[in-house]
Amino acid sequence: MGWRAQFESVAALVRRAANELLRVPGAAIPGVLAPTIFFLGLTSVFGKLSLLPGFTTASYQSFLIPISMLQGAGFTGAATGVNLARDIEQGWFDRLLVSPAPRPVILAGLVLSAALRSLIPAAVLLAVGFAIGVQWPGFGGLLIAVFCVMCMGTIAACWGTTLALRYRSQSAAPLMQAGMLLIILTTTAYAPLDLLTGWLHTVARYNPVTQVVEAARQGFVGGVTWGDTWPGLLALAGLLALLAALALRGMRRAAV
Amino acid sequence: MTATDLRVIAALGARSVKQTFRRPQLMAPIIIFPSILLAIQTAGAGRAVDLPGFPPVDNFLSFMLAGAMIQSTMLAGNSGGIALAVDIEMGFTDRLLAAPISRFAIVLGRLAGTAALAGLAAVWFIVVGLIFGASIQEGVPGALLMIFFVVLSGVAFGGIGASVALRTGRASVVQGLFPLVFVILFLSSAFFPDNLMLEPAATVAEYNPLSFIVEGIRDPVISSVTWSVFGKAMASLALVGAIGIGLSALALRRRLRMGG
Repeated sequence: MGWRAQFESVAALVRRAANELLRVPGAAIPGVLAPTIFFLGLTSVFGKLSLLPGFTTASYQSFLIPISMLQGAGFTGAATGVNLARDIEQGWFDRLLVSPAPRPVILAGLVLSAALRSLIPAAVLLAVGFAIGVQWPGFGGLLIAVFCVMCMGTIAACWGTTLALRYRSQSAAPLMQAGMLLIILTTTAYAPLDLLTGWLHTVARYNPVTQVVEAARQGFVGGVTWGDTWPGLLALAGLLALLAALALRGMRRAAV
Repeated sequence: MTATDLRVIAALGARSVKQTFRRPQLMAPIIIFPSILLAIQTAGAGRAVDLPGFPPVDNFLSFMLAGAMIQSTMLAGNSGGIALAVDIEMGFTDRLLAAPISRFAIVLGRLAGTAALAGLAAVWFIVVGLIFGASIQEGVPGALLMIFFVVLSGVAFGGIGASVALRTGRASVVQGLFPLVFVILFLSSAFFPDNLMLEPAATVAEYNPLSFIVEGIRDPVISSVTWSVFGKAMASLALVGAIGIGLSALALRRRLRMGG
């Protein structure tokens, strides 16, 4: 299969995922609603944490919005895994496997659609956020945040795909969602590292997603610097390489 | 209520508890999800106790325990509603309606199951809290009072879940209440003192009946029990319970009138 045909196969799979959104618009609602409710709710509840000495910004909503955007990407990516599990249950995935498209091409189609879909909750959250006073991150800050969101959507899709191929059932959905929720919330999600207490302080220090959060957050709480950006990019590259390898292994082992 | 009704309620309640333990997707929102959030929020926002105006507490975990319990109870009510709707969809409720038993005992059986699960969740969070450093100021009687309030909350919120299940007969509709649970939680003092929340949530939380229920559960943990807090919690539970059970009775009557 030539490069052109491979590219067309990826594009067809992305179009199929987009069609799903157009035909069942309600399917996108949970991925948008949950992070938006959590964003508004947590801002209202924990908003005064920004008064603590050592907090890096006076605007808690600006501090929290990158987390909600990444959470939205996590849910959207995990939904790719759920959809794949449904396709496996219904036999559609078997037909895809016997097509001439190589397995990496099928995986690329699945995860690329997740990366694009993760922009939907991010856009809604940004609109809601700016309406309630989130600081404008600057063009560079926004670009970095959106890039982090798309990569997180891809990572979540790889995770969901790995589990879908392992369990071959939609009942693995809670595991797909909980995994992403855990890796995103065990970071500097609620407060800066120095203000975290107990076990979370240690976990957040070593969790690579903390670097992604800090890279996505920098424009919203201050200026954009290369020093705050490259650790996030490195963490994204590492997570992508690891989870894409796992998903690809699952894809190669998948038998018709 | 006859002895037969009580036996039916006990049997259906036991079935409901077993059903939840057999299906991880019903158990996860009651125990696992609130436990994860409790762990992360306690460590993530633990320094909140240093904010001026925060009530005197040993640690943030002591404050958060009541919030985790009520979250678990509300989700138990939602899960109970989903299970009841599944029973309706699969025709199990029709078979019960055809049996020579009181119709309302069918709903009370489901509520008894939800109350039992809420009680188990209360014990779970008390044990977890004590292991990880929370202390209950009122000791064992305080812990029993917490369990009492949580069990009553299970009946009250279970009634609301059951009413939606009986009215619609569709599990997907009851499942749609899941985000609403969090909206109500965030607009109460479940996770933070209302005087330290941002507006307009702070004002809503001040008058939200859920805040009074949460404060009733929290009171024995962080201070001595006061009659005013106890009374407001009981009144709020009576209000939510009356709404839930009243709506369930109406929905059941409508379902029977329309032929199940």
